[in-house]
Amino acid sequence: METLAPDLSPEAQFQARIDADIRIEPKDWMPEAYRKTLIRQISQHAHSELVGMLPEGNWITRAPSLKRKAILLAKVQDEAGHGLYLYSAAETLGTSRDQMLADLHSGKAKYSSIFNYPTLSWADMGCVGWLVDGAAILNQVPLCRTSYGPYARAMVRVCKEESFHQRQGFEIMQTLCEGAPVQKEMAQEALNRWWWPTLMMFGPKDADSPNTEQSMKWRIKRFTNDELRQKFVDMMVPQAEFLGLKVPDDKVQWNEERQAYDFGEVDWEEFWNVVKGNGLCNHERLQARVQAHEEGAWVREAALAHAAKRKERAAVAA
Amino acid sequence: MATPDLSPAQLAAPTYPAELRSQLFQYVVQLADTSLILAHRLSEWCGHGPVLEQDLALSNIALDLLGEARSYYQYAAELEGRGRTEDDLAYLRSAVEYRNPLLVEQPNGDFAYTIVRQFLFDNFHYQLLKELKAGPDARLAAIAEKSLKEAAYHLKWSSEWLIRLGDGTPESRRRLDKAIAALWRFAGELTTPTPGESHLQELGLVPDYAALLPAMQAHVAHVLAEATVPLPTAPVAQLGGKTGRHSEHLGYLLAELQYLQRTYPGLTW
Repeated sequence: METLAPDLSPEAQFQARIDADIRIEPKDWMPEAYRKTLIRQISQHAHSELVGMLPEGNWITRAPSLKRKAILLAKVQDEAGHGLYLYSAAETLGTSRDQMLADLHSGKAKYSSIFNYPTLSWADMGCVGWLVDGAAILNQVPLCRTSYGPYARAMVRVCKEESFHQRQGFEIMQTLCEGAPVQKEMAQEALNRWWWPTLMMFGPKDADSPNTEQSMKWRIKRFTNDELRQKFVDMMVPQAEFLGLKVPDDKVQWNEERQAYDFGEVDWEEFWNVVKGNGLCNHERLQARVQAHEEGAWVREAALAHAAKRKERAAVAA
Repeated sequence: MATPDLSPAQLAAPTYPAELRSQLFQYVVQLADTSLILAHRLSEWCGHGPVLEQDLALSNIALDLLGEARSYYQYAAELEGRGRTEDDLAYLRSAVEYRNPLLVEQPNGDFAYTIVRQFLFDNFHYQLLKELKAGPDARLAAIAEKSLKEAAYHLKWSSEWLIRLGDGTPESRRRLDKAIAALWRFAGELTTPTPGESHLQELGLVPDYAALLPAMQAHVAHVLAEATVPLPTAPVAQLGGKTGRHSEHLGYLLAELQYLQRTYPGLTW
């Protein structure tokens, strides 16, 4: 580890590196709380990719054209890939994928609450790409400069693919909005359902976000929840107008003085309710993951047993 | 492959005689349906695979087959020349018009079922593409050339998994045996020509299945031996899919696949 100030304590040296925007690498000394925070955040992110495959996977078999089917399947596959890089990044901090999955399956680890909402129409594939991936990008782009090296590098790849997904989602919306009235209604109905949950993706209000201050100090996080939420609204309201859609919030209005949109209050009761596991799909999303894992156990065991047999045979032959 | 009876001029797609063009259209649609239905089945695994790496592999194979299906449908639509598109062919034909063999419409079952189904298909598909690539129809040859690389990987993947499951744990062996017992009877249809296929084979326009069999059988024998699984005694082949007589499973699959196009006819998505 490059020493910036040899006389200082390890904690102070660590903070000096952070302040100088020098990346922390797996073998560097780090405070235990920093390691824990990162494991929590990266594994939560990896789990979100994994669980996030389910709501979109729900429409792969019903995609309305072969081209859309291919794009959607490739997109969900990208999410599996993101899950892989992120689990690997978290493993550099001394945890294992098995441990992280066990925490997901037991309910100890969280994933993004947005995936506890159902995907009910084809327009949801548009909204998930346009809004949900749009919100994810705002959350994730700053993470390309986050202080922990393996996480930052994983995020560079993730963000490139996410921006592609977001354009695909917008294009689905645009096609619907330029289509028949029934398609435009489908688009508006989906926007009505997804708008508020995507605003919740930025997390609780700054005043109620206990981890923000420390995470900002460690430069794991670079913007507050409320800053990002505002950015999102400012970006999406004009896009919705362009599509000829209306966001379901009567308080949305341009504020000349702030040079930003004013908007209504998120229903925090709903937010905490879904976080606590009471959303419509919390149970089935987690069940789907647990079931895939449990039903796959014999496959993983067979692969290990076969590999061991091969190794043994090779040893005997040698 | 027999020497084609057709002049080179006749072999260029636009100049196929009308009757032959319609027979070739049927054949190409059959190739397309086969790849699409199997891709659809594999895509049902997405998000539910036994381990993340294999989830990715299953989606990869599904994407390859979907891409191949689209190339065939596009060619079929051109051969037909009635202005139908790839999506019209995939989304607006009923089960009796679908021409895929029964094997590929069989449900995923557990991972062992999926592997046995995939292995039987890949073994055929790989050999078929090798011949199609060298065949006289330039368009099919070009599609086959691109797909052959993918099919080689698919065959390697399903062969390796079959070996792992056969020579893995008692549980994996039990499941594999069950899958073989259920699915082996669908293998025969792949290489049993329909009257339409026989006609095209006689003309030398498409691969003769008899020529594919030795390599296919050799690979099966090799993989099963590695898997320590005895070669199943040839069951009575179940035929029908390629002439439009399907199992009960296809109707449900198409109901799902075609749902939006059928519910909202004539729209652009």
